[in-house]
Amino acid sequence: MPEPDPHPELLAGDRPLRIGIGGPVGSGKTALVAALCRSLGAELELAVVTNDIYTTEDADFLRRAGVLDPSRIEAVQTGCCPHTAIRDDITANLDAVDVLTERFPSLRLVIIESGGDNLTAVFSRGLVDRQIFVVDVAGGDKVPRKGGPGVTTADLLVINKTDLAPLVGADLTVMAGDADRVRGGLPVIQQSLVDTPEAPEVSDWVRKQLV
Amino acid sequence: MNVMALLLADSRFPGGGHVHSGGLEEAAARGLVRTEADLPAFLRNRLRTAGALAATFAAAAAHRASGSDANWSTMDEELDARTPSAAQRAASRAQGKATARATRMMVAAPLSTARWPQGLLRDAERPEWPLHGAQCPEGSLRDVQPHPVSALLAAVPRPHHPVVLGAVVGAGGGSPADAALAAAYLSISGPASASVRLLGLDPLRVNAIVAALGPDVTAVAEAAAATAHLEPADLPAPGSPGLDLLAEEHDRHHREEVRLFAS
Repeated sequence: MPEPDPHPELLAGDRPLRIGIGGPVGSGKTALVAALCRSLGAELELAVVTNDIYTTEDADFLRRAGVLDPSRIEAVQTGCCPHTAIRDDITANLDAVDVLTERFPSLRLVIIESGGDNLTAVFSRGLVDRQIFVVDVAGGDKVPRKGGPGVTTADLLVINKTDLAPLVGADLTVMAGDADRVRGGLPVIQQSLVDTPEAPEVSDWVRKQLV
Repeated sequence: MNVMALLLADSRFPGGGHVHSGGLEEAAARGLVRTEADLPAFLRNRLRTAGALAATFAAAAAHRASGSDANWSTMDEELDARTPSAAQRAASRAQGKATARATRMMVAAPLSTARWPQGLLRDAERPEWPLHGAQCPEGSLRDVQPHPVSALLAAVPRPHHPVVLGAVVGAGGGSPADAALAAAYLSISGPASASVRLLGLDPLRVNAIVAALGPDVTAVAEAAAATAHLEPADLPAPGSPGLDLLAEEHDRHHREEVRLFAS
């Protein structure tokens, strides 16, 4: 007789959807989170858990920028282990999600931003329903080819800062082709928050996950 | 050594322990711990105060878990009273809640030991523990005692970590000594790991320091097991004003500057 599966159903109707955003330091995760809050915050109830080192300065910045009320952001200390907190021991992040869900009972979406880490970090499926992995062109156009679980298995790969490509000698066609090949056709979005500050394509992808 | 105690003492255990430094981050920020030479004193003193307190209550909880009349609220309150620092109480309850979450998942899948009630399958997302009779087929568990951890969580939804640790070990067939050893060991292994991550101390030398404290860990565990049968009000109350102050200062600094650990 098979063991019963104790894992909760994905996209359980009675809890908010959780989307994780990971990727190397400086790839633009925080800027993407801010962009999504700006473009989606008016149409649906969302909240953010950040594992990025977070200070009162960050909270003040977000409030002044009008991106998201600080009460909708929970910061999680990761004890110098950003990948542990999203993968091996997801407790602290689960607690933060609980706090936000209790504070906002109509919450529909929680975005969980990992601390900057290397290409081997992925979110646990016990923590998130979908993952976005963000790499940027200034990190080198070989990054998609190198792969790593984030690049190859994330539900969405974002190739960020495309406006910088000519300045750093990155070939976007190569990046797109490599990404498509290592991902076997899974979604890839190239974007620049300088060109499109509201991240329209990523926002649309998020909307589709909520249906 | 009981397997459940081993499970809970393993740094792999998903109980949120890795975000707590046991005061080490604050001590390091103040220059009190800078190199491997400073570590033994910090760990030994933590073991004999906060560690002894945790071991004492873990042993007492394990002892109660093997019976059927535990007053879990009182046990939890007595540990509260022995933890003057609000920041430390919060850290303990956060890890207690995390341990409870992990334990729910452990019971959701059938285990081999007969002490776990069979057939109590629950949606792991629900906050309640499977209580006696709540989710079982008609009549099949009429004679089964309420699961001790279930009773604990019904009485104290966010228990102190040593209390739920002891209850889980006791319910899993472990002795008070097993629970005490796990709690005593954790009181130094966590801060030791934090020192490696925060200060880049040599993990081989740090491991040797932890190993050298083995006899002290054993002594603390044995003393805790010896008092496990006492009424909670009569349990020893080892304390460390130094650690209490470090904990409060850490919490205060959190709000003003960056701290990488939750405590």
